[in-house]
Amino acid sequence: MPKPFTPKVVTANALLEGDVIYQTATGWTRNLAEAEVLTDEADADLRMIDALTQADLVVGVYLADVTPSETGPRPTHFREEFRAKGPSNYAHGKQESL
Amino acid sequence: MYSYTEFDDQFLAERNAQFRAQVERRIDGSLTEDEFKPLRLMNGLYLQLHAYMLRVAIPYGTLNSAQMDQLAYIAERWDKGYGHFTTRQNIQYNWPELRDVPDMLDALAEVKLHAIQTSGNTIRNVTADHFAGAAADEVADPRPVAELIRQWSTDHPEFQFLPRKFKVAVTGAEADRAVIKSHDIGLRIVERDGQQGFEVIVGGGLGRTPMIGKVLYDFVTAEDLLPTLEAIVSVYNVLGRRDNKYKARLKITVHENGIEDIRARVDAQYALIRSQFSGVDQQMLARIEADFAAPQFKTAPLAAYESAYTNDPVFRAWADTNLADHRAPGYAIVSISLKAHGATPGDATADQMRVMADLARRYGHDELRISHEQNVILPHVHRSDLPELHAALKAAKLATANIGLISDIIACPGMDYCALATARSIPIAQEIATRFDELKLEHDVGPLKIKISGCINACGHHHVGHIGILGLDRAGVENYQITLGGDGTEDATLGTRTGPGFSADAIIPAIERLVLGYLDLRNDPTETFLQTYRRLGLAPFKAVLYPEAQANAA
Repeated sequence: MPKPFTPKVVTANALLEGDVIYQTATGWTRNLAEAEVLTDEADADLRMIDALTQADLVVGVYLADVTPSETGPRPTHFREEFRAKGPSNYAHGKQESL
Repeated sequence: MYSYTEFDDQFLAERNAQFRAQVERRIDGSLTEDEFKPLRLMNGLYLQLHAYMLRVAIPYGTLNSAQMDQLAYIAERWDKGYGHFTTRQNIQYNWPELRDVPDMLDALAEVKLHAIQTSGNTIRNVTADHFAGAAADEVADPRPVAELIRQWSTDHPEFQFLPRKFKVAVTGAEADRAVIKSHDIGLRIVERDGQQGFEVIVGGGLGRTPMIGKVLYDFVTAEDLLPTLEAIVSVYNVLGRRDNKYKARLKITVHENGIEDIRARVDAQYALIRSQFSGVDQQMLARIEADFAAPQFKTAPLAAYESAYTNDPVFRAWADTNLADHRAPGYAIVSISLKAHGATPGDATADQMRVMADLARRYGHDELRISHEQNVILPHVHRSDLPELHAALKAAKLATANIGLISDIIACPGMDYCALATARSIPIAQEIATRFDELKLEHDVGPLKIKISGCINACGHHHVGHIGILGLDRAGVENYQITLGGDGTEDATLGTRTGPGFSADAIIPAIERLVLGYLDLRNDPTETFLQTYRRLGLAPFKAVLYPEAQANAA
């Protein structure tokens, strides 16, 4: 039996700054909470294809697992937690503005 | 130190101009990421977890003060005001923007530095003993030959697409401070019948499949060194596996084919190419050697040093741990610890870099070194200058007296920065250092090397740590495995895994149990952790590490 599809977001790094970014319905955001949550596999495939065509804006596109919540999607894995926040040794990266 | 020729300057300028154009073509969409990636990697530019990362080579770990000042300038102008010194004598900038990187490379070129071949499947930055040219136990300074190898390997047309990366380290002393047995090629300058030559070790490496290098030749003359290296890399280039990334390093080629087979192939290749080496490399080497002539060492009274040593306990503690024997009378080698308790191992702020550059200018014959242990060395300081130097270091928070002790931890960037990491390393290092500082046990414990890697690629050298820690992802949770008994010196040994790993919360108490256990197990305070481990083996350490297992078995 195929594995059930779990909620995901499309994520990548911005080409110019390298920042972690997430796809929204209309573009990209640097805030995971604002990302578009994909719950349908076919839809996720289409959104990935759309992201992959934007090679002049983004690098390293992939689907990351999330848990939807009232305040928007949250990471399920600690790697995505760090990507969403920044390093733990300095208050650099996204946590500077969150 | 090596002074660039007109050719070197021009080469670097052209290379930087090429990369500038490549960056522009990536930004305007003419290059895809697949096309651009190998180009940026050839120039040291990675894409990490949160940002790009520029890895700058510090050839054989040697810098002058102007170069260190420029590294500080770059950190402030284009990064977040700091840099991270790595286990391969590089400096990494963690936050550059793509558009700025060509300017950063031009700024580096102004002081004869570059990021060429700090990544990609090429011959990487050639590393050397960080005490080179200063150590009392040295046969010869390894840096001239390291520079020769850098020139030979840079943009070498045959070796730009090797099966995998290729690392070379050189030492000129019996005591191995350059971990040469964990490199693809390790070279040690030796003397035989009054003639200097090289012991050539191949197939070492850490990572997924750690191997201690094997002796390929016990004596190669200076004239035969480059043709021998060329033959080795050539054999590897053809024989090395390209079907499986994890089996592509020279260590696997040597392991699978056997050292005798590799030697026969290298002998044959050497015979084929030897005549292409006309001896011009030896003329170049002679010029390079002149550049590395020892500084004019001074003589001065030692009264100020002796008085500080006697009267100032803080200075004495620092002198006892952070100084090493120098070959010139009255001189010492100063290790500046970048491991303040609770700080990120290997990080220096731009201000600290400037302080170290200034001290090198004032007291250190304008020389600095970066060690693979992520510290900065002032190789030539007269002891009479040490009290003033120490005071200046203290003011810059650079006077931590912990070289070779439990808080002098090697740690890779781990999952705080690295895209390959499976767990964090830095917070574990910070917490261990902070904990043992609280316990005030560091100096009682004595020499102990803890090395932490955040994935099996082992940038943190955990296999050769007396205590090695490897961070893994176990079912979505950070988990830390311990190895014991590793050694990165001339007695190179791989550590042995103790058993099940520990969670991030449990790893610090586990290390504390181990170290307190050692204090109980040692014969006397002169028996080091490693000696005690070698005498007793794994069992008693395992017993203190896993008390529950003991209780269950009882």
